[in-house]
Amino acid sequence: MISREDVANLAKLARINMTDGELDHLASELSVILDAVARVQEVANSDVPPTSHPIPMSNVFRVDENRPSLSPEDALSGAPASEGQRFKVPQILGEE
Amino acid sequence: MIVNKSAMEMSQLLNNGEISSVDLTRAHLDRISEVDGQVKAFLFVDHDGALAQAELVDAKRRSGENLSPLAGVPLALKDVMTQRGIPTTCGSKMLEGWRPPYDSTVVTKLRSADVVILGKTNCDEFAMGSSTENSAYFPTRNPWDLTRIPGGSGGGSSASLASYEAPLAIGTDTGGSIRQPAAVTGTVGVKPTYGGVSRYGLVAFSSSLDQAGPCARTVLDVAYLHEAIAGHDPLDSTSINAPVPPIVAAAKDGNVKGMKIGVIKELQGDGYQPGVLKLFNQSLEELAKLGAEIVEVSCKYFDYALAAYYLIAPSECSSNLARFDAMRYGLRIGEGSAEEVMNSTRSAGFGKEVKRRIILGTYALSSGYYDAYYGSAQKVRTLISQDFKDAFEKVDVLVSPTAPTTAFKIGEKSNDPIAMYLNDIATIPTNLAGVCGMSLPSGLAEEDGLPAGFQIMAGAMKDDRLYKVGAALESALTKKWGGGILGKAPKLVAK
Amino acid sequence: MALTYEDLLTKYEPVLGLEVHVELGTKSKMFCGCSTNFGAEPNTQTCPVCLGLPGSLPVVNEKAIEYTIAIGLALNCSIAPYSRFARKNYFYPDMPKNFQTSQYDEPICSNGFLDISVETEDGMQDFRIEIERVHMEEDTGKSLHMGGAKGRIHGADYSLLDYNRAGIPLVEIVTKPVEGTGKLVPEVARACVAELRDILRALGVSDVKMEQGSLRCDANVSLRPIGESKFGTRSETKNVNSLRSVERAVRSELLRHGSLLIDGKRVIQETRHFHENTGETTSGRSKEQAEDYRYFPEPDLAPITPSKEFIEKIRSSLPEKPSIRRKRLQENWRVPDKEMAAMINADVLDLVAATVELGADPTRSRGWWLGEIARLANEREVSAGELPITPRDVFEIVSLIEAGELTDKLARQVVEGVINGEGRPKDIIESRGIKVVSDDSALSAAIEKAIAAQPEVAEKVRGGHIPAAGALIGTVMKETRGQADAAKVRELLLRHLGQG
Repeated sequence: MISREDVANLAKLARINMTDGELDHLASELSVILDAVARVQEVANSDVPPTSHPIPMSNVFRVDENRPSLSPEDALSGAPASEGQRFKVPQILGEE
Repeated sequence: MIVNKSAMEMSQLLNNGEISSVDLTRAHLDRISEVDGQVKAFLFVDHDGALAQAELVDAKRRSGENLSPLAGVPLALKDVMTQRGIPTTCGSKMLEGWRPPYDSTVVTKLRSADVVILGKTNCDEFAMGSSTENSAYFPTRNPWDLTRIPGGSGGGSSASLASYEAPLAIGTDTGGSIRQPAAVTGTVGVKPTYGGVSRYGLVAFSSSLDQAGPCARTVLDVAYLHEAIAGHDPLDSTSINAPVPPIVAAAKDGNVKGMKIGVIKELQGDGYQPGVLKLFNQSLEELAKLGAEIVEVSCKYFDYALAAYYLIAPSECSSNLARFDAMRYGLRIGEGSAEEVMNSTRSAGFGKEVKRRIILGTYALSSGYYDAYYGSAQKVRTLISQDFKDAFEKVDVLVSPTAPTTAFKIGEKSNDPIAMYLNDIATIPTNLAGVCGMSLPSGLAEEDGLPAGFQIMAGAMKDDRLYKVGAALESALTKKWGGGILGKAPKLVAK
Repeated sequence: MALTYEDLLTKYEPVLGLEVHVELGTKSKMFCGCSTNFGAEPNTQTCPVCLGLPGSLPVVNEKAIEYTIAIGLALNCSIAPYSRFARKNYFYPDMPKNFQTSQYDEPICSNGFLDISVETEDGMQDFRIEIERVHMEEDTGKSLHMGGAKGRIHGADYSLLDYNRAGIPLVEIVTKPVEGTGKLVPEVARACVAELRDILRALGVSDVKMEQGSLRCDANVSLRPIGESKFGTRSETKNVNSLRSVERAVRSELLRHGSLLIDGKRVIQETRHFHENTGETTSGRSKEQAEDYRYFPEPDLAPITPSKEFIEKIRSSLPEKPSIRRKRLQENWRVPDKEMAAMINADVLDLVAATVELGADPTRSRGWWLGEIARLANEREVSAGELPITPRDVFEIVSLIEAGELTDKLARQVVEGVINGEGRPKDIIESRGIKVVSDDSALSAAIEKAIAAQPEVAEKVRGGHIPAAGALIGTVMKETRGQADAAKVRELLLRHLGQG
């Protein structure tokens, strides 16, 4: 139901390198899982509205005022690399 | 032993001055040293921090300050909750060594209640799993039988309670990760109403399903902990802006006379271990003896709950885990461009189950498949919520066995994802509808002498009902057994 | 032979689309309380939420909602009674969560319009630009590309990220495809962005500084053969940082599309980058494989359901529409359309209005802003508003001219001095010793000196040849270092020579 190529494309979208072995394995596992979960379609008719929030609420806001920020040391505390108080990341290939 | 007492008993001793928090904390740290080599519940033990906290509380008590009921009592925290300056790994290599620069709201509340945090407990990676075998570090063992799983994803928290390493614990529950471990370890755990406890600082797995919740060895202990951590949080847009239900009062009341208890037809039968079902029915008899009316209800869409969950949770997680990209914190592995480093880090940093769910979720949300998968699952959610609503018109609480089986052996189901997922079949509907649920021990299954759990569910913001029924049942069963169920567990000693 | 714009229009019909991003001027960010101040030290205005740290959660800024609804109302949109945020999922290092919290199929405002006027040889032409949607989202962090050439991304060795800007509220305004503009499409694009900018400024929701990035414009263009109904392939142009660039980018892209099509080649659907220095675009990322953003409703945020009362309250507090204000000013000042258009194009209308507000004569105010100051702005390739000269400065200069303390010529020196940063008008006058010499005796002395030096010229004038006086006047002006009032000199000189 889901091909190895499908999984390879999904892995690309999800930015996860996968070996050929992993791709094959996942393709077969996911096919089984998708078969099982596809049954949601049996009862999901057009007249049933979807739920994205289990407990309905609306208009949850905060007042536009300033609260203390993290110190730059705290903000950068987990950084694998930094320079000049900025996060240092490798060369970005994609266009901004 | 002091560590065998309940949190409330410890609180009384602290209040009477019979023990200091420092000594109480030390006793637990000693216990951890003695047995955690076998149980492996903890990923990080904060010796210095815990003792320092205990000292502060003792000083406050000496000065006559009015303290909360849990002040000075130790607690184990599931490693998906941020605690400033303390390693928070979520059971993953991705966050090995990460020390958050901020506290979760749950931790902030625990601090205001002067609870002493002993350390961080093991869990399935990013809370995905039902056995704690998916932790990137090591599996935790069930204190009842060290060759068996302690449940998941919060196996560390439940095991720490069952092994007396802590009297209180915090877990998180997305599809049953508090309740199922409680069931297989003979402890008590509650998933509050969605929005009842703040998710600020809870590393997100599935945003519309996750809830942090209280765990302990008795219903009353859980009640006090629940009240300490619940409440509206302006930092969490999904937190409920309403007063916390009267939970401790309900736990002390425990009078089920006249209450209508609904048994869910769809959550028993095939796939459920006979011994587990027997214990469930015996518990029902106890409640009937206490004056409750037992009614059968049908929640016909519950059959679709597992399928809906395994579309919604992976979808949300695929998005929530995108932030782990080696740029700002966490693991960074590999050479080359930012994109290459992202790809290699995510490959090395995430385990099999996490990768599986990310790919599944990416698929379910992708263009062309959204309607059939994620979209349809969200509709099933509506149907399940309606099932609950209809049922709660007829009954005050709903009940079922918490999990279909007792604890299985480590390694037994790890190669069969579907078999693993079935562990949550009874707990998942609660998360989908956002209502609350509790698991407490129903006894030891006759096949294997291992604990099983009794699940109680109540409507949104009716968490107090869980405690009323739970306390009643606990009291009846404890009387029947001549003591708490953990008394029957094998005694763990230092090797 | 290169394709000309005129040729292009005989064969193809241009279609325009604009996407404008506005940074809202709220005190705090969209989903957290961090400051939004421009120019702070890197990573000093961040927190767990805008850094996307594990466990963090967003909470919506109510002012951002108010401002967005105000923008929607000012653009004649319908305000949705129910709208939601959605996650737009893609990976990029300047996005802390690797998804942007935005809006997808339930935007807060939709289906509006914007009326603009463009100057043509046959007079002003009106256009109604339809607005598809106005929605809310959050800005990204800023990257500095290091090690390569000129700070561009291509060839950089590594990048440095500052997340101060991440999470600042952004409003995205998207037009429906704009057709039927014919050759005016670059001017229409420019006028549309200018009008949007004026509306946003009047609403007070943003400082709309294109050069600082608080107003960003992406221009989409396509060509379709005349007579066909199907749209051609479009390209999206980014890095359009000024009104002038909007016009240039659109024209450049249309020519590029046209040249490709005429040669039988096809236009690639892609994102292009506009270059100020060349006025042309270069290829960026190809959009042929459009990334699947896997939008789904944001589970961490509640839906927005503004009440009718709330919307009406905002509507009733909207300021005067810029177009109405312009009509009012035009009537008050009695100014013809062409001159109004000139002021709008030179982006000096608000400056003139402010000067008049201080009490200066409207005609003189216009004259200075549209004349000398606009000229100097053009020379420096900036807009008049970016120069150091203020409406107050111009008011003072005009007052001094009216009081006879400055001549037009001297005033030009003062204006130049202010623009060069030498200080305010009074400072320039003092430091350069600028003074109108109108003292008759001093002038007489200079006049007599000039007559003595050029007796033949003086004779000519005495003889009735008035134009010859010019040479003598010039000499007197030189003698007084240009500080004499030329008209006064002429008057005295002619009188001296018996002609006045």
